[in-house]
Amino acid sequence: MALLRVTSPHGHGQQSTSQVMSQVLLATLPGVAALTWFFGPGTLINIIFGGLMALAMEYVALAIRGRDPRPYLKDYSVLVTSTLLCIALPPYSSWWLLTVGMFSAVILGKHLFGGLGYNPFNPAMVGYVVLLISFPLQMSTWAAPVGWSGAPGLGEALTALLQPATYDAITLATPLDVLKHNQGLLLDDLYRESASFGQWAGLGWEWVNLGFLLGGGWLLYRRVFTWHAPLAMLATLGLAAAVGFDDGSSQSGGSPLFHWLSGASMFGAFFIITDPVSSATSLRGKLIFGALAGLLVYLIRVAGNYPDAIAFAVLIMNFAAPLIDQYTQPQTYGHGDRGEKS
Amino acid sequence: MIDTLMQNPTGIALLALLGLGAVFGALLGFAAVRFRTEGNPIADQVNQLLPQTQCGQCGFPGCRPYAEAIANGEAINKCPPGGQETIEALASLLDVEPEPLDAEHGEEKAPRVALIREAECIGCTKCIQACPVDAILGAAKVMHTVIADECTGCDLCVDPCPVDCIDMIERKTGIQHWRWQSPDVIASDRVAA
Amino acid sequence: MIEVHTIKGGIHPPEEKALSNPGHVIDCPMPPKLILPLNQHIGAAAEPIVAVGQYVLGGECLATATGLVSANVHAPTSGVIASIDDHPVPHASGLSNCCIELIPDGEDKWLALNGTDDFRQATPADLVTAIRCAGISGMGGAGFPTAVKLMASDRTPIDTLIINGTECEPYITADDTLMQVNPAGIIEGAEILAFIVGAERILFAVEDNKPEAAAALTQAVVDTASSVAREVVTFPTKYPSGGEKQLIEILTGQQVPSGKLPADLGIVCQNTGTAVAVRDAVVVGRPLTHRIVTLTGRALNKPANYRVPLGTPIEFLLSIAGYQAEQSSRLVHGGPMMGFAIDDPRIPVVKTTNCVLAPTEQEFPSAPSAQACIRCGHCAEACPASLLPQQLYWYARARDQEQLERHNLFDCIECGACAWVCPSHIPLVQYYRAAKGFIQDSREEKIRSERSQARFEARQARVEREAQAREAKRAARKAAAQAKTTQDTEEDPIQAAVARAKARKSEQEVTE
Repeated sequence: MALLRVTSPHGHGQQSTSQVMSQVLLATLPGVAALTWFFGPGTLINIIFGGLMALAMEYVALAIRGRDPRPYLKDYSVLVTSTLLCIALPPYSSWWLLTVGMFSAVILGKHLFGGLGYNPFNPAMVGYVVLLISFPLQMSTWAAPVGWSGAPGLGEALTALLQPATYDAITLATPLDVLKHNQGLLLDDLYRESASFGQWAGLGWEWVNLGFLLGGGWLLYRRVFTWHAPLAMLATLGLAAAVGFDDGSSQSGGSPLFHWLSGASMFGAFFIITDPVSSATSLRGKLIFGALAGLLVYLIRVAGNYPDAIAFAVLIMNFAAPLIDQYTQPQTYGHGDRGEKS
Repeated sequence: MIDTLMQNPTGIALLALLGLGAVFGALLGFAAVRFRTEGNPIADQVNQLLPQTQCGQCGFPGCRPYAEAIANGEAINKCPPGGQETIEALASLLDVEPEPLDAEHGEEKAPRVALIREAECIGCTKCIQACPVDAILGAAKVMHTVIADECTGCDLCVDPCPVDCIDMIERKTGIQHWRWQSPDVIASDRVAA
Repeated sequence: MIEVHTIKGGIHPPEEKALSNPGHVIDCPMPPKLILPLNQHIGAAAEPIVAVGQYVLGGECLATATGLVSANVHAPTSGVIASIDDHPVPHASGLSNCCIELIPDGEDKWLALNGTDDFRQATPADLVTAIRCAGISGMGGAGFPTAVKLMASDRTPIDTLIINGTECEPYITADDTLMQVNPAGIIEGAEILAFIVGAERILFAVEDNKPEAAAALTQAVVDTASSVAREVVTFPTKYPSGGEKQLIEILTGQQVPSGKLPADLGIVCQNTGTAVAVRDAVVVGRPLTHRIVTLTGRALNKPANYRVPLGTPIEFLLSIAGYQAEQSSRLVHGGPMMGFAIDDPRIPVVKTTNCVLAPTEQEFPSAPSAQACIRCGHCAEACPASLLPQQLYWYARARDQEQLERHNLFDCIECGACAWVCPSHIPLVQYYRAAKGFIQDSREEKIRSERSQARFEARQARVEREAQAREAKRAARKAAAQAKTTQDTEEDPIQAAVARAKARKSEQEVTE
């Protein structure tokens, strides 16, 4: 048998890119289950349709670029992008919204830059922001969390997808919406009066966030990413909320618990800012990245025009990631002052 | 006067532009005189990147003349001993597009040194006079020999030799000079055949 | 008890140490021929001092060191020199180099060996000479001539001697075996080394996955007396704790400054095998002719540690160890993390051969093709030198010499931890090795071109000078000629001749 001419190291650890991606997909299950439980099958339909569109677009993009599509499709990275984007989109979105979203994410956000590993921005967030700015009405109406029994059935969901004009949605303002438009009510009164609020934060939303927290915790356990970025983001978000809490007055920005468990906070912390390609690389850099993202999320939520801010905060931090990298390089062995004789 | 100006926006615009032009022109003129540099630093930097074989294959009599020509806009792809590496270094220094080596001026060959076949040497010193770096040792009617470590492989000595006793041989490579090769372009970047 | 520190990064690959049954040595039979490369160390190749056809005894010096950084080569047994010619040698390139081929005669007759009973009676310089004559170079894998390393103590004071028994790479158990089988030799060798460099303490470093070795060394320390403080230090297993720089950080908390040597911190580090070789050279007078090699991997029927004469062809060793060629897709000289692949099993065992690895395809599957870098940062987490492998990778692909140097490429110890963890299977270390190569080439080119430029400019100046000298001479000659003519005649001689010719003509006309 001819001997291989190969180079060291001759062995390899267990991780591979497709394994990392499939673990991320698995970790979204608890959150998606909560979304489905409270809002019906809309998110699942989104994910399936969006996933198919994304795969098709990736195939076409790779073919145009002259690459063999098979190894790329097998690394599941485009499925992760599409799944994350579909989770962020309102359930029962129409097919054209999903298509434009997938196009923005896969083509504009990823392949125009050179494919996996070359994109400076989080592709799912690029897709989300393009949709948010282009279709503000469709993106700001979210289904009501009426639970599985009250939610639209499968047939209705498919109508929403394919014949959106004929679909009659039952929507409810999200808790962040309600807080943003609060005119003078104290927080406790607001929570009692509005139908959008649940036990700790938003009705349905609190469980969704807890679901994503569970998934994120599992990914931490599996060492898919480190604790630095998620913890920094949540801690800063909580701290900023504590500072702006103002004792629950009508000017309050919301409690830390509220911010942690509403909107896409947990989702953003564990699934969006941990995207390795577009975030900072060094561990210290990840701390800074997460912290500033958390701060931006709070500021945009409270003082900005949009109720939820994860997408904008993350995109702004993506701009800053190379600068953060430049200033957080670790000190190489032998270049510090530990070379002095003690 | 303000009123006339206010009624004449074109006039204001003209005055503003003229004023700005005058101010910036004065600044630039001052800078041109105050911060003047002697000589052409670009030519020096280009010369540092050239391989200094002084062979003339670029069409210029030596590396410095070619460097000065490049500083004046000459194409950067005329140096075979420098090869593609040098072209790319020049391209990045001058912020221009790198081009493939101009085949008219020769091809990139492995580094070579001259070797005099001493049995045939007649001691005429023509090669000594031709060598741009004085790498040939010898005198009239005395044996000539090439100092291999100083030879740049420019082969300017080959033509003048009347008995054609100079060979260009490849510089020795062996286990001491072996280098690791960069891995192939990653498989997924290879364009589908 | 010293305080043990931790290094940043590092990985925990499966150890697979039990496979080669450490603690037992099998004596390898003499092969039919021995191939002794003239260069088994860092530095210049040795120069042969024997001729083809010559009969030599075991222990006889066959080639002497050339210059300072070089080492002698000795005959492992008695026999006849068959040839001094190029032969494939253990090198990543697979190229050949000059080797002395020795055919053993089976008698194993040796030179008379002269050791010393009490090494303290000799001066450190004499002991270094003995080590140099014995041809000892580092046996942990790098191969630096030991005598030269010990001479560092002439320049800087040394207070600590570290005996490196870490053996952090998976599969290799040669040092583990040596520590269990000959701890006394290691202790004695360490004493000699400490005496030479003037160290005040000796630290024997052993990873905690080798409890028997640590126990054997501890017992040997207890059983012997010494004037220096000695301690057997164990610390948690992690790859690559055994690298000299990393080991120094673990044992002392200090980092060797970039570009400097451990001697600048007052530390000298030697491998356990080198210590035993030093002991043999000084006490017995025996040169370095044998070493323990771990033959391991599941393509072997009898993986074990063998005591092998230097120069034994690896294919002979593999046959002794029951090599199953059809099960193995690669042979590795060294360990799985830093060893290089062998493509010609005729290469011989040399002073730095600590392991020959014959894995099956299941043990080390062929690497899938590399995918795009996803910037996950696992490589930076694993790097023991706190480099940024990701950035080095991008700059190596771009061949950006300036950025590579700024990111401290030359501080990379090529341990392979980054490539081990990369989920995209990018052969990172290969990029760094190639980058170091082209940077070294370009530095050499630059030095050469600066020299050529200087010579060219000097020649231009000389030619100028000669031309000016000639000009000056010609001007001087012309001036002298001018002066001479104006002195002799009032008028131009040509004019005078013309005038005479005219005069003659007019005379002729008058006559007619």
